[in-house]
Amino acid sequence: MRTDGDAARCRRLLLVAATALVLAGCSGGSYTWGWHVVSPLTDQGQSNIAFLTGGLWQTIAVSLLAICLSIPLGLLVALPGFARNPWLRLVNRAYVETIRSIPILPLMLWVYYGLPVLTGLNFDPFTAGVLTLVISDSAFEAEIFRGGLQSIEKGQHEAADSLGLGAFDKLWYVILPQAIRRILPPLGNQFVYVLKMSSLLSVIGVFELTKKANELVVTLYRPLEIYSFLILEYFVLVVIVSAGVRWLERRLAADQRMARR
Amino acid sequence: MAQPIIRLEGVAKFFGTFQALKDVDLEVALGERMVVCGPSGSGKSTLIRCINRLEEHDAGRITVDGTELDDDTRHIAKIRAEIGMVFQQFNLFPHLTVLRNLTLAPMRTRGLGRKEAEELARHYLARVRIPEQADKYPAQLSGGQQQRVAIARSLCMRPKIMLFDEPTSALDPEMIKEVLDVMVELAKEGMTMIVVTHEMGFAREVADSMVFMDEGLIVEKAPPARFFAAPASERARLFLGRILAH
Ligand SMILES: Nc1ncnc2c1ncn2[C@@H]1O[C@H](COP(=O)(O)OP(=O)(O)O)[C@@H](O)[C@H]1O
Ligand SMILES: [Mg+2]
Repeated sequence: MRTDGDAARCRRLLLVAATALVLAGCSGGSYTWGWHVVSPLTDQGQSNIAFLTGGLWQTIAVSLLAICLSIPLGLLVALPGFARNPWLRLVNRAYVETIRSIPILPLMLWVYYGLPVLTGLNFDPFTAGVLTLVISDSAFEAEIFRGGLQSIEKGQHEAADSLGLGAFDKLWYVILPQAIRRILPPLGNQFVYVLKMSSLLSVIGVFELTKKANELVVTLYRPLEIYSFLILEYFVLVVIVSAGVRWLERRLAADQRMARR
Repeated sequence: MAQPIIRLEGVAKFFGTFQALKDVDLEVALGERMVVCGPSGSGKSTLIRCINRLEEHDAGRITVDGTELDDDTRHIAKIRAEIGMVFQQFNLFPHLTVLRNLTLAPMRTRGLGRKEAEELARHYLARVRIPEQADKYPAQLSGGQQQRVAIARSLCMRPKIMLFDEPTSALDPEMIKEVLDVMVELAKEGMTMIVVTHEMGFAREVADSMVFMDEGLIVEKAPPARFFAAPASERARLFLGRILAH
């Protein structure tokens, strides 16, 4: 079912892309295409592709780091939201509402150029970029965690409490493992979002995919072809991430089916 | 009467402006088997849930085995360690196998090693007569089996007191007996028990005392013989008439 949906969505997207290209080709009748700059069939194309995909590891590293760090931070931000103490709940709300309302790019500029002025700490672009994504992402993930944790029945909490499990044990062994199954789909969307937002790091000079493309555009002046290739790169990455998330979902669903039988 | 292990003095509980418990006094002796009955909404669940702090009482004192139940988390932990609870809806952990449901709390809170904890778990699974289900998931069991797992899970913590909140109300009729049998056995071994139930056959067989509640009040407390033969209050008479008619 889902795989069919994916294939259909993929076909639809390619169709739209192809149509757009054809239309672009027709309307800009005088434009001479220069696909050779990113063609794997020519030497120049190959070396350009090597240059462009040279940003791949940075993009992957930035995204992975941001995701891995933002998950625990998001959980840490979500938890005070359940506290009895209203001040702790306020900390949760203040963090989430503030961070969610700041666009990522200004936040990144602030962390990279502003924070050193305030603290004397200098971050390299990579660190500043990852830090920005982690902060921003954690606010969204905190909300995802909150929803997931809230969705677990009261009876599960009560059983754990009555057995004398402490707050951490209850969360770690009883509540979280059940919540994960419900959290995974929105968390997967968040992974895709982080991957796409990593492109903003090009602005502060991290040599990830987008920065690489910018560099090449400046030297070759083939924005249409090169940025098309860039979009294709992200498209492939997103498809891979989505497939990975769905694989995980299916595995967990299979666990659950077994548990239902 | 022996020294009470549970004592409630003037306990009140509000949900918003609604008063679910009104000035409840109650003593439960060590080894006593108490059955609590009364119409739906009379405060039976609230009463026993206050005893292990699933609900927080708003007034009065609750003392369990010499420890007063207050905001001190150490007191709450100590009291919860002595009390096991069985719920109407079982509340097993659906993502864990039966064995893991039983070993989790002993390993985390009593510091047992895995081997020890599994031995303990298998011992209690045998006692509730489902030793062969250890590696299944809760959803793979029948309701009666699940409730017996829940009882075994509580027993693994070696509680001094067991609370039961309508343990058979969610079960199909043919499974009620297998759960009641386990509870009768437990009662015969001298476990201190407070059981909220409408199973009057069970009450007649094992109860030392009957408590009848209505509208947040303990209306009557009496030995079962007297309670069933000649309830003192009109409300208890009406209630008994209704449920014994079935
Ligand atoms: N969490 C709650 N919030 C609001 N009202 C509640 C809550 N729990 C119980 N009550 C109310 O308190 C009264 C007693 O409930 P309960 O102790 O569950 O009764 P019983 O177990 O005797 O059926 C009922 O009127 C019920 O609606
Ligand atoms: Mg009830």
